[in-house]
Order: sequence, then C-alpha cells, then structure tokens
Amino acid sequence: MMSTLKGHSLISITDYSKEDILKILDIAEEFEADPRQNILGNRVIASLFFEPSTRTRLSFESAVQYLGGRIIGFASADTSSVKKGESLKDTILTVSNYSDLIVMRNPLDGSARYASEVSPIPIINAGDGANQHPTQCLLDLYSIRKTQGRLENIDIAMVGDLKYGRTVHSLVQALCLFGARFHFVSPDSLKMPSSVKTVIKNAGLEYYQYTELSDVISLADILYMTRIQGERFPDPLEYEKVKNAYILENAMLEQSKDNMKVLHPLPRVNEIAEDVDDNPKAYYFQQARNGVYIRQALIAAILGLK
Amino acid sequence: MNTKRTELKVSAIRNGTVIDHIPAESVFQVFKILNLDASDKQVYFGTNLESKKYGKKGLIKISDTYFKPRETNKIALVAPNATLIEIKDYDVVRKGKVRLPHQIDGIVKCFNPKCVTNNQKVSTSFLVTQDHKGEMKLFCKYCEKTMAKENIEFI
Repeated sequence: MMSTLKGHSLISITDYSKEDILKILDIAEEFEADPRQNILGNRVIASLFFEPSTRTRLSFESAVQYLGGRIIGFASADTSSVKKGESLKDTILTVSNYSDLIVMRNPLDGSARYASEVSPIPIINAGDGANQHPTQCLLDLYSIRKTQGRLENIDIAMVGDLKYGRTVHSLVQALCLFGARFHFVSPDSLKMPSSVKTVIKNAGLEYYQYTELSDVISLADILYMTRIQGERFPDPLEYEKVKNAYILENAMLEQSKDNMKVLHPLPRVNEIAEDVDDNPKAYYFQQARNGVYIRQALIAAILGLK
Repeated sequence: MNTKRTELKVSAIRNGTVIDHIPAESVFQVFKILNLDASDKQVYFGTNLESKKYGKKGLIKISDTYFKPRETNKIALVAPNATLIEIKDYDVVRKGKVRLPHQIDGIVKCFNPKCVTNNQKVSTSFLVTQDHKGEMKLFCKYCEKTMAKENIEFI
C-alpha cells in the first residue's frame, strides 16, 4: 500500500482530508499491533526542537527508534546555531542536507508552514507556537476511535481553556469531518472562539456551552480535559476565581456513560484528581502512548514506506 | 447630475486617474497607501462629498498617473466599493470597480506579533475571507490567525 501522503509535509490538521486521516489511523493501528518494525533502514530523521518539549520530542524519537531509524537534532534553541543568530531558513536548508525528514517544534506561529516552503524534504510540525500541533490532533482522533469504536457522531465535552487551547481547536476542526455534538465547558473569559464555532456551524453541526463541569459528565462519550493556564488571565483575581472551577474527581464519574473515556493532552496540573487515574475510564496515559503509533505511521507514510 | 456636481467641486484633470466612491473616512488612508504625499503630480482630493449611494464619500484625482493592479488591490482593502476612472485628454477611457483579490501578498503586516512573518524575513500572505456577517477578513497563511479590517496595517 503506497500512500498519497508520501513526500508531503504535515503542518496543519486541515492539510489532511478525511481519507488521509483515516489512512494514518489505520497505519497506526498496524504499528500498535506490531510496533518494532525495522523499516527505516539507514534513514536519518532530524528532530529540531527550538523550544523544549518532553512528551512530543520523546514520543517522536521513540517512534523513530522503534522503526530502526537514526535521529539527529537538538532539544532546545540554546544548543543550536539559532543562538548565533542563524535564520530559520538557513537552519532548515542546512539540516535538509543531513536528513530525510524534519520534525520541528518552534515557538513562532506559522514557522512550520514557512519551513515547509523552504525545505526540499518533508516537515512534520511538532507544534508551531500557539498555532497548530497536528500530531496531537491525530493521536486524539486515534484514541477516540479506539475507545469508542467509531469517529462518527460522538458526544464530546471539552473542558477548561477553550479560548487559547490549540489542541481543542484542531480537534473540533477534525471532528467536523466526521460529525459530532460538541459540549464546551469553560469560564466566560475562556470560551471557544467564534472562528471555531463558525467551522461547526458551516459543517451543519451543533454545539452547546456550559459553565459547570457536572452538566456534561452524564452525556459525554469523550471528556476532553485541558489545563487552565494562569498566564492567560489579564487579571490575577479572575484566575483565582476559576483555577479550581474544573477539577475532575473520581466520584463525579459515577454518573458517566459506560463507554465514556477521559482524555487530556497532558501535562496535567490539578484539573484531574489523582484518584481518577485508577478508574478504567481514565485514558490519558494510553492516549500518550498512542502518540508513538501515530508518529510511526506519519513517518512511514511520508517516507513512502507504508 | 449629482455626480457631475461633485466632480466639479474638485478640478477636472486632463490625464490621470480618478478614484471615486472612497468611504469618506478612508480618503487619507488611500492617500497614504498610494504614497500620494510623495507624488510630484497634481493631486486633488475631496471628502464628505454627497453621494446618492453612500451618503458621504471621498474622491481623489491624480494627474498623469495610472495604477498597476498591485496598487489598486491595496485600495480595495480600505475602499472595497471604490471606482477607478482613467482619463485621457479629458475623456474616460476606462472605468471599473477596484477588485479585492483572493490573496494579498507582501503588502499587509500580520497583526500577530508572534507570527513568523514578524520575526523572520518572510513575505506575508493572506487569504481574503468573510465572516458569517459578511465582513471582510484576512486569514494569515502562516500563523492561521484571522485579522479584521480595523487591524490592517500596510508594510
């Protein structure tokens, strides 16, 4: 099965059609069944992390290692030529001479799109500032399909910082391709932006907004929790008011559906109490593991190996 | 008749371009966008002129100057209903509405300070879109932020 994704960068989840997404999820499923496949041979993957990231970087590097490939790169801008004032273009053009594929995280919004324009080899965006993080979106979709047996017409509740959270924006966009009912729980100051709501309306789908977490627990198939970040609030007093508004505790899950699963892009701070971890409905650590299979699938598909 | 009267309020030109139906409040913006204060040609302008269609309008006449599409595109961002009239020897030789292109490259600054275009040597590129109210918006191809008309700043 040769992929049409071969040779193309992945910058934004909207770069992929429904068929592309399903193809990646299917390949990821193959890797979950058999993760150690020595298919990269002597290929070299460049991992350029201009800002630190634990989960995403390690998960990409783990994916490459499972596939028998090699990794070059850096884990922060401090240890790269950026510190000497090199432009992003020069870094990308140079590294493209040394590798077959570039995985890049950069704090500037739009840096990944720009890198893909100047690079002769494909780029996978591992997060460009507050803009896009498409591999997170794909692993979320994988986790939803795996736990619900389908992507179509799920009831998904998204909780926390819906205004600035890039993962929830991308996930809404992607789920609109499959049909879903969206339940948004946030403080008034962190509501889902109107641009994202427009995408839902244009897809002919419905969304509902709430301020209480307890209102959505019994109706959700997926409870997608996010962190409320203090630095987002112009007024520290406002943050104090809402920072503990959405803490999921184990007892609250009693009223949830049997098929319901709790997802979180991690890291969590206090929004999911630790007593939830042992509940079979807690899925966030498996969700993080699914990230490895998704990244294996992307690397293999983009390099034309699956 | 009304149009004729307003045109007479600003002197007729022999050769050049008339930009009509500029929103009254955007005349100085158009002036700036076209860099007319640096022009060595005769330039006339009027604002708060009567207009049947728009109530009040602005108008600019520039002698011996014709514009390239790249320049008229810029006008369309602040004066989407403007009419461009090219005059040769006092006769109208061409008349047409300015047209907002689907894409705006290299002339507008992205309003997002964290956008790569404001931090590296990258030329900007925007897709022209509309929100559900029909308001014109610019979608940055790089940072994917949507910019409203009031945030538009020219490079």
